[in-house]
Amino acid sequence: MAILVYTEHWDGQFKKSTFELVSYASKLAEMADAQTVALSIGQVDEDNLRQLADYGADKIITVNQANLKYLDNQAYTSVIQQVADQEGADIMVLAHNNTGKALAPRLSARMQAALGSEVNQLPAELDPFVVNKKVFSGKAFANVKLKTDKKVLTLAQNSFGIYENTQEPIIENFEPTLSDEQIKTQVTDVEKHRDKLLLTDAELVVSGGRGMKSPENWDKLNDLANELGAALACSRPVSDEGWRPHEEHTGQTGKIIAPDLYIAAGISGAIQHIAGVSAAKYIVAINNDPDAPIFEMADYGIVGDAMQVLPELTEALRKARS
Amino acid sequence: MKILVCISNVPDTTTKVRFTNDNTQLDTNGIQWVINPWDELALTRALQLKEDKNNSVESVTVIHVGGKESEPTIRKALAIGADDAIRVNAEPTDAYFVASQLAEVIQQHDFDIIFAGIESSDYNGAAVGGMLSEMLGMPSISAVSSFELENDQVRIIREIDGGKETMTSQLPLVVVAQKGIAIEPRIANMRGIMMARKKPLNVVEPAEKDSMVDFVDFELPQAKPPCKMVDPENVQELVDLLQNEAKVI
Ligand SMILES: Cc1cc2nc3c(=O)[nH]c(=O)nc-3n(C[C@H](O)[C@H](O)[C@H](O)COP(=O)(O)OP(=O)(O)OC[C@H]3O[C@@H](n4cnc5c(N)ncnc54)[C@H](O)[C@@H]3O)c2cc1C
Repeated sequence: MAILVYTEHWDGQFKKSTFELVSYASKLAEMADAQTVALSIGQVDEDNLRQLADYGADKIITVNQANLKYLDNQAYTSVIQQVADQEGADIMVLAHNNTGKALAPRLSARMQAALGSEVNQLPAELDPFVVNKKVFSGKAFANVKLKTDKKVLTLAQNSFGIYENTQEPIIENFEPTLSDEQIKTQVTDVEKHRDKLLLTDAELVVSGGRGMKSPENWDKLNDLANELGAALACSRPVSDEGWRPHEEHTGQTGKIIAPDLYIAAGISGAIQHIAGVSAAKYIVAINNDPDAPIFEMADYGIVGDAMQVLPELTEALRKARS
Repeated sequence: MKILVCISNVPDTTTKVRFTNDNTQLDTNGIQWVINPWDELALTRALQLKEDKNNSVESVTVIHVGGKESEPTIRKALAIGADDAIRVNAEPTDAYFVASQLAEVIQQHDFDIIFAGIESSDYNGAAVGGMLSEMLGMPSISAVSSFELENDQVRIIREIDGGKETMTSQLPLVVVAQKGIAIEPRIANMRGIMMARKKPLNVVEPAEKDSMVDFVDFELPQAKPPCKMVDPENVQELVDLLQNEAKVI
């Protein structure tokens, strides 16, 4: 028996979220007395591949085929299924990111494997297989029972942690059966946000709402973010107004994040905004209205004018660090 | 070209959720039901495409799996502008069951583009669109933030982690929509509400299908300890707290 973990890479590099995923899969494998098999599609050099074994991968399977350059949901699902069948995998683990959300449900339907989506911890036992997940956009949690023999899980990012567990891996190449005709979607253009810390990966996040008054005031947030090494985020009206790009919008309809620290300036804390950030370990609120709902969610709060507080906070940090 | 939009019926996003029966069921008392926000955006986009005379979109249909009590939400979709609706008369137990019912009905029609929202704001499964496409053997594109038609060819932008990709696809296609596909959801006007009453809402009986997941029980998050307030004249204290108490910086 095996646990198969699909390990996504970005131009040949894995991220911390990949290592978290492998850590999760290998703990699950320990419970099931099974092997942890990692699957990587596309070009990754051997040193990088071996990193997967630092977190528990016993076996690493690589697939390199020209027609898999871009994510085609049908083709990738087929490849994962072929590898799962070869390895006798009963549980498939993917990240709950855009790629995982695209593939996991297809895989579930294809393999008749119940889907546990956005799970945030290990099951207490394997039979019955009950896992915990967020529901109602973070307003509650549910225990869900996966009733089929095979299972597909997507892991909520930053919910489990990274655990070293070094193995001496077997690395193997796999040749899937996949013709060009099976690929029905084409990518014609790619735009990458280079050199930018990805919001969903960031441990520290500085976020602004309508209380920041205008896009010109964002340099105050930017200075703080730079001082901290944090990513920038915003509330929905801010991105709807075009003050900030859409990919920075957090909340129910935007990005769902789980950083260690979320600093919210000029954000009222509407329930739909909180839906995106409730998994943050610590929330700091800066708001001039002492009754703003954000203070009910925050760990630390300052009632004051963000225009004044932000530069002072940046300065205080700079001093504390020098 | 025919467009189908899959619609989920969810509690209004401001709802305070509560559970009953030993925390095994959602307490539906006092809940306002609405179209799932992403589905509403997808529907809005589908209607814009139909109105743009450069395209040949003949019709926009909505489909929902649910009991009779969900009909007001379906009527709302008709009032916003959908041409007709299908309700599969079954309690939606899990994503797999819902996708199976949808697939069963869709196979009897010839839709070119099927929209689903990236997730449903109740059980956050992020699953129905993907499962449906697999069952139908159709391509799918997920996390779609822009959807254009040019001479009946699709031009799609999908969000990837760390960027965007512009894509084309063969049809029929399942499009899993996220924010951006439309900015503001369309709101029904009086005329739309009047017209919706006369639009066809076809009820079909469910096929024999199983679920794969059971919701065992629910729990509410633990209450947060009260917020520690820091004097705005003394932001240094906040830095101390973050460094020494929270230990996050
Ligand atoms: C279906 C649906 C989905 C939604 N999804 C999302 C979502 O994903 N994300 C999201 O963010 N919203 C979402 N919303 C919108 C949400 O309801 C709120 O309208 C929004 O979050 C408010 O944004 P805000 O806090 O920036 O603005 P406001 O609510 O206007 O709050 C601004 C705050 O700034 C404070 N302020 C003003 N001046 C200052 C100053 N000088 N210094 C300090 N503070 C100041 C004010 O006291 C106020 O609290 C959604 C709404 C709906 C209906």
